[in-house]
Amino acid sequence: MANITLRVNGRSHTVNVEPSTPLLYILRNDLGLQGPRFGCGLGQCGACTVIIKGAAVRSCVTPTSSVKGEVTTLEGLAKDGKLHPLQQAWIEEQVPQCGFCQNGQIMTAKALLDKNPHPTDEQIREGMSRTLCRCMTYYRIQAAIKRVAGGNV
Amino acid sequence: MNIEKILLENSASPSRREFLKTSGMLVVGFSAAAVAGPFAPSASAQAARGLYPDPDFHQLDSWIVIHQDNTATFFVGKTDCGQGTGTAFRQMMSDELDIAFKDTTCVMGTTDITVDQGGSGGSDAIQVDGWPMRRVAAEARRVLLDMASQRFGVPVAGLAVSNAVITVNADPSKRVTYGELIGGKRFNVALTGANIDATTGLAKVKPVQELKMVGQSPQRYDIPPKVDGSAKWAADVKLPGMVHARNVKPPFAGAKLMSIDESSVRNLPGFVKVVSKGNYVAVVCEREEQAIAAARQLKCNWQKPATAPFPASADLFTYMRGATPKSSQTPNTLGNVDTAFSGAAKIVEAEYEIPFQGHTAISPAHALADPSNGQMTIYSNDMKSYGMRNGVATFLGMPREQVRVIWMEGPQGYGRTAADDAGFEAAYIAKELGRPVRMQWTRAEEQGWDTKGPAFTFKIRGALDAQGNMTALDYGARSCDYNHLGYNEPDTVLIAQLMGQRRAMPANGSSAFPNDMYAIPNRRTLLEVVGLPLIWETPIRTGNLRDPNGPQSTFAAESFIDEMAAAAKADPVEFRMRMLTANNADDNGFRRARSIAVLKAAAEKFGWQPRPAPNPARRNGDILTGRGVAYTYRNQTVVAEIAEVEVNRKTGRVWVKRLVCAHDCGLVINPEGLRRTIEGGMLHSISRALYEEVAFDTEKVLSVDWASHPSLTHMDTPAQIDIVMVNGDPNPNRPDLPHYGAGETSCKPMIAAVANAIFDATGVRLRRVPFRKERVLAALNAANV
Repeated sequence: MANITLRVNGRSHTVNVEPSTPLLYILRNDLGLQGPRFGCGLGQCGACTVIIKGAAVRSCVTPTSSVKGEVTTLEGLAKDGKLHPLQQAWIEEQVPQCGFCQNGQIMTAKALLDKNPHPTDEQIREGMSRTLCRCMTYYRIQAAIKRVAGGNV
Repeated sequence: MNIEKILLENSASPSRREFLKTSGMLVVGFSAAAVAGPFAPSASAQAARGLYPDPDFHQLDSWIVIHQDNTATFFVGKTDCGQGTGTAFRQMMSDELDIAFKDTTCVMGTTDITVDQGGSGGSDAIQVDGWPMRRVAAEARRVLLDMASQRFGVPVAGLAVSNAVITVNADPSKRVTYGELIGGKRFNVALTGANIDATTGLAKVKPVQELKMVGQSPQRYDIPPKVDGSAKWAADVKLPGMVHARNVKPPFAGAKLMSIDESSVRNLPGFVKVVSKGNYVAVVCEREEQAIAAARQLKCNWQKPATAPFPASADLFTYMRGATPKSSQTPNTLGNVDTAFSGAAKIVEAEYEIPFQGHTAISPAHALADPSNGQMTIYSNDMKSYGMRNGVATFLGMPREQVRVIWMEGPQGYGRTAADDAGFEAAYIAKELGRPVRMQWTRAEEQGWDTKGPAFTFKIRGALDAQGNMTALDYGARSCDYNHLGYNEPDTVLIAQLMGQRRAMPANGSSAFPNDMYAIPNRRTLLEVVGLPLIWETPIRTGNLRDPNGPQSTFAAESFIDEMAAAAKADPVEFRMRMLTANNADDNGFRRARSIAVLKAAAEKFGWQPRPAPNPARRNGDILTGRGVAYTYRNQTVVAEIAEVEVNRKTGRVWVKRLVCAHDCGLVINPEGLRRTIEGGMLHSISRALYEEVAFDTEKVLSVDWASHPSLTHMDTPAQIDIVMVNGDPNPNRPDLPHYGAGETSCKPMIAAVANAIFDATGVRLRRVPFRKERVLAALNAANV
């Protein structure tokens, strides 16, 4: 066990945990964040995605001790009480079915658009390809991303 | 109002009355307070009913509560699996009650505050339960109008009602709100009806023409919290003193637990206990990551079974063809099939295969059970929460009045959570420990041990006459479905099996016949079910997967119809249309007329140019393009789908580039919600068509993650999806137009549409699902395409 200090959504937290513990469990069980979700624990599905230094990171396979830099979770996307344009687009497009994977979809899309604000359809497909949805809402996810990329939110 | 939040905030206190008090909801209807009226139980009878009694479906107060602020809460005994049924219920009920949609909320699925309407399943929420919900809302409106009539001394006919405000026609200054009439008070109105589905009051529901919110597309209320991270899911519940449990599953199917070496984990940090009975093993730790480590490290000695539990998946279809059926119905026969074949101008024969396919939900099973104060509360995403409550009570030997399930949202498994294992496991361990227990399955456990859709083999023959008309269909379907898992049964849920429970009569399982309205004068249908050698404690256990058996049987049947059309050198749409229009007989739901309407609508939307398959102009470099159609119905919902595919001749990859769906489910409640449900259903079946297969050797399941059991991805998303809402009723404006179910029908013909499109593109007929690129490439190479 060791004390580890994490900066998450603009706030600092110190937790006393086994350093190799995947970040996901710290976020969910110690910091009370529920945006990142457990889907596979293998880094395959993307439900646990958070953003660290601009990159979409799979928190279920990220040792907490390896985290360098601020962590942003789904809860941290809204600014000054206003939803992020992607979250707004998700509502307007009525994207989710069950919604369990959508944390990963939104966070992956944010990292994608932050790097490339106007991706082509193919770049959206490729950028999102490793983030799975078992309700198969892909068509609406891509439509919502295009809304934001096209400035229509 | 977020019921889950309220429940959570009060979860430490198991007193229902306190929850209701704190919630601020008008809940006298559910409290144990003294109540007047013919159905009010005496105080002693109330006490005997326990802490979590069943809401009385014969009381209007069990269904609808009007608040003092002139808003309403509807209590619905269904669960919303992400298709927006909660929003749809609010639309239907606010129309019947005459209250603004925005002033309503909906509480679903929690067993002690909603009537047991069965939870989800069978796409029946709107089709079946929509009617009692509409009737009770209409009854509440009637009662409120009567109250206003008495207050003003004006007959009901002299009153008008809009947005929960009643006014006197002759003097509009006289007005009263619903909240003023009943807010804070019980209706105390008795309902009738022999069962919950038949619940009714005296009021009649409105004609379709008077429904205002029905047919509009208000946004789903559950979506904003799902995208801003505020939603509380069953996976998120945390209670003081809770511990984390993980299962340790047998490494081989049918293995027997010989011993557990508890010393292998006893000194791990946070270790609490190893819980074991029979072949069931779980380990409990204070923290989640500790439980994960302990489950990996626990040393168990397992003995392999003497005989192989099942053949390897590569040998599955050979095994199924050679197996003796567990059940075999007498063939269902129409006309004289043998005579038709002996007089045929052309006979076509084909066999089809579809493997076991998993539910493979995006998150593995999970639940939290709280045994505080001698009760048992389970926080679960079980789509049939009422069944879980009953099942857990029996399994634990507790009176059901001491058990409740708080339904919360979770990952959709499309049938997986109808037999949810984690809730039973969490409750068992919680009772053992006397502490709240959170059970979480792993990905490998879920992929390995979740319920599977049955594998099928089909053998089909068809006859054409000299004019190219189909004169006979001889259809044989064989499923591997013996001991099909029921819903939350205390003696068949996996933990019960592993603990050694055996049912004397395993469930028969089922096979499936094709659903079509084709006029084929001579038909024979043979349905058979076979079983694997091991039927208990097996990871290959079958359950209801979205539209149970429908995608399988329709894949075979509608592929075969396409093969007949090709043999007749006929256009696939025209060939089907000819058989739909060949007679005038129809059924009560006008399925024949509506079948014609959807097939026509789909072809029009697609821009279908008649010609036989395969496509004569299909090649553009390495890309082969084709289109395929398939049609069917499910209960009273009829659907025709067209897929346009691109097949890469070099890699074998299939991309479904464009989809058209013409869909008739009668009265549409929320068109945009329906559209998304249809899209998801079609893509789910494309995933089954292109990727999904449970692989196993003779000991265990091998497809245990997303690499070994692949699923559709963003790369596979069609470029264009067109959905046409069809109302093919011969009297489309009838005031009693029914609302049929729509959760599953769109899944049903999709695999066939893809197979037919691949044939159109390549001239190669694929009769074995899934159409992974290696299999497609091998078929193309074998045919020199």
